[in-house]
Amino acid sequence: MTATAADVALTKGRTGDPFSSAWRRRLPLLPALLFVIVITQLPFIISIYYSFTDLKDKTQSLIPEPTRFVGFENYRQIFSDPFFREAMWTSVKMTVLSVVLSLVLGTLFALLLDRKFLGRGLIRTLLITPFLLMPVVAALIWKQQMFSSLFGILNKGLNVLGFGSVAFISDHPLASIVTVLVWQWTPFMMLIVLAGLQSQPGEVIEAANVDGASSFGIFRQLTLPHLRRYLELGALLGSIYIVQAFDAIDVMTGGGPGSTNVPYYVYQESIGGGFRYGSASAYAIVVVIFSILIATFALRLLSSLFKDEGRL
Amino acid sequence: MTEEHQRGSRLSVGDRRAVVIGLGALAWLVALLWVFPIGWTVFTSFKTEQDASAQTLHHGLSFGRYGDVTESTTGTLSLQTAFTNSVVVVLVSTFIVLLLAIPAAYALSIRPIHKWRDVLFFFISTKFLPIVASIFPIYVYAQRWNLIGTRTSLIVLYIAINLPLAIWMLHSFFKEVPRELIEAAELDGTNLLNQLRTVILPIVAPGIAATALLCVIFAWNEYFYALQLNFANGSTMPQWVTSNVSTRGNFLAKLSAAAVLACLPVVIAGWAAQKRMIRGLSMGALK
Repeated sequence: MTATAADVALTKGRTGDPFSSAWRRRLPLLPALLFVIVITQLPFIISIYYSFTDLKDKTQSLIPEPTRFVGFENYRQIFSDPFFREAMWTSVKMTVLSVVLSLVLGTLFALLLDRKFLGRGLIRTLLITPFLLMPVVAALIWKQQMFSSLFGILNKGLNVLGFGSVAFISDHPLASIVTVLVWQWTPFMMLIVLAGLQSQPGEVIEAANVDGASSFGIFRQLTLPHLRRYLELGALLGSIYIVQAFDAIDVMTGGGPGSTNVPYYVYQESIGGGFRYGSASAYAIVVVIFSILIATFALRLLSSLFKDEGRL
Repeated sequence: MTEEHQRGSRLSVGDRRAVVIGLGALAWLVALLWVFPIGWTVFTSFKTEQDASAQTLHHGLSFGRYGDVTESTTGTLSLQTAFTNSVVVVLVSTFIVLLLAIPAAYALSIRPIHKWRDVLFFFISTKFLPIVASIFPIYVYAQRWNLIGTRTSLIVLYIAINLPLAIWMLHSFFKEVPRELIEAAELDGTNLLNQLRTVILPIVAPGIAATALLCVIFAWNEYFYALQLNFANGSTMPQWVTSNVSTRGNFLAKLSAAAVLACLPVVIAGWAAQKRMIRGLSMGALK
């Protein structure tokens, strides 16, 4: 194609159809936009529709059809379901514990790595490895190698030290799952905080050093305020993923008491065995409403970070 | 400044070396402790089953378990099947993601459309939708269209998972292409495809590679959709690993070998991409 052809096309766009130039710009975007709308928004809208029906698949006939509209019945039922309430509480505990612990540990690791020492690159590489593992494998490693009462290394260690064995997973299901989540997500938090530490202007710290400020004072007065938004970003992004935790629960407890979070409960109610699509959809919609609340904060924060970096 | 303070800072010069060495040693200790479960699993994968279960080492180390897990027994999911499925699903979905995301990122950064910011935030907002909210309709329609147990259903879903991430990541890389270069190409009358090929792609190539790697990692590790929509012939690597847990007999050494084989490709990819990974993980907010 030559310049004249492009020019002609442009002039045509300007003089003829007023939309054609704008649409030419939008054209490269449309396939991706269309795909995302069809695959992510459409099912969600169908879910809303299901949530007002008593759709179920008890016989597993593989062709579940909505039988009748039940109005808000499914939603009313949510508030009288003690298991759902327990799952909500488990979700909150699991997410908050995992995010806070991995954030604290991640920050400590980042502070350790934010100085020169022998083999720093190697240590950083080692530390991010748990985050790269399949979540299923991470959970299996901890279940079989670490926690298992049959051959777990933790119980072997306890026995050597003269303590009795602990049934980690069956007696402390939530703590066991949180351990695995923290183990995987600490490297993620570390990377984000490390990016924050390395974006800190060096002159300010040096000036504070020259003024005789203590290391802890510098950290509290200068570093921590600078890190605040990075910590917030880590917390929000971590929450988005950890709130949806499924793999670790499925592998470690299969949703036993005290370890079923909301996504896992919804799964059990529907394709995981309950096959009550109608009521499970109502649960899912409630989860979405909570997610939208978190997401609103997350997006606002992301957008402010972008503006500050001058890239939007 | 008092006398004491000055003395303090002079002393700390001598102390500082000890502190630096101490903190370095602490970092080593923490890192080794943190990866202990992985190291132990790699170690176990070379043991015999008896040694693995007893956490002892009487029979030496060998590659025997790796041989065992790669052997296929009829009626169970073989490594070959799972590996082929994973490779096909991961590569095809990643390729299509890039095919869709590169033009989209172009339209959102280099020649931005009106209200491009809203579009960008719409894409990322889809990542906040819980998967459970959309899994039943997907499941019901996959059944209706006979897509359960096929690679196609996973490819479509993995594109949906990775596309928003890829668009954000590529957008942040495309933003860094100097405007003057594009303007010069426009003045020369280079058309869009040639502009992409000769001016933009060479600059953003490392960014595209990092984006592709991240898509590969997420698709390779995905378990929920693979489990729900693929219990038949389309099973992928995560399901293969779990299939090595057995209720009869010892399995720890074989499970460890399977875990190592399943994770190795992605761990190596992640190590290679670690410098650029942060941008993808933070949705492009951090460099």
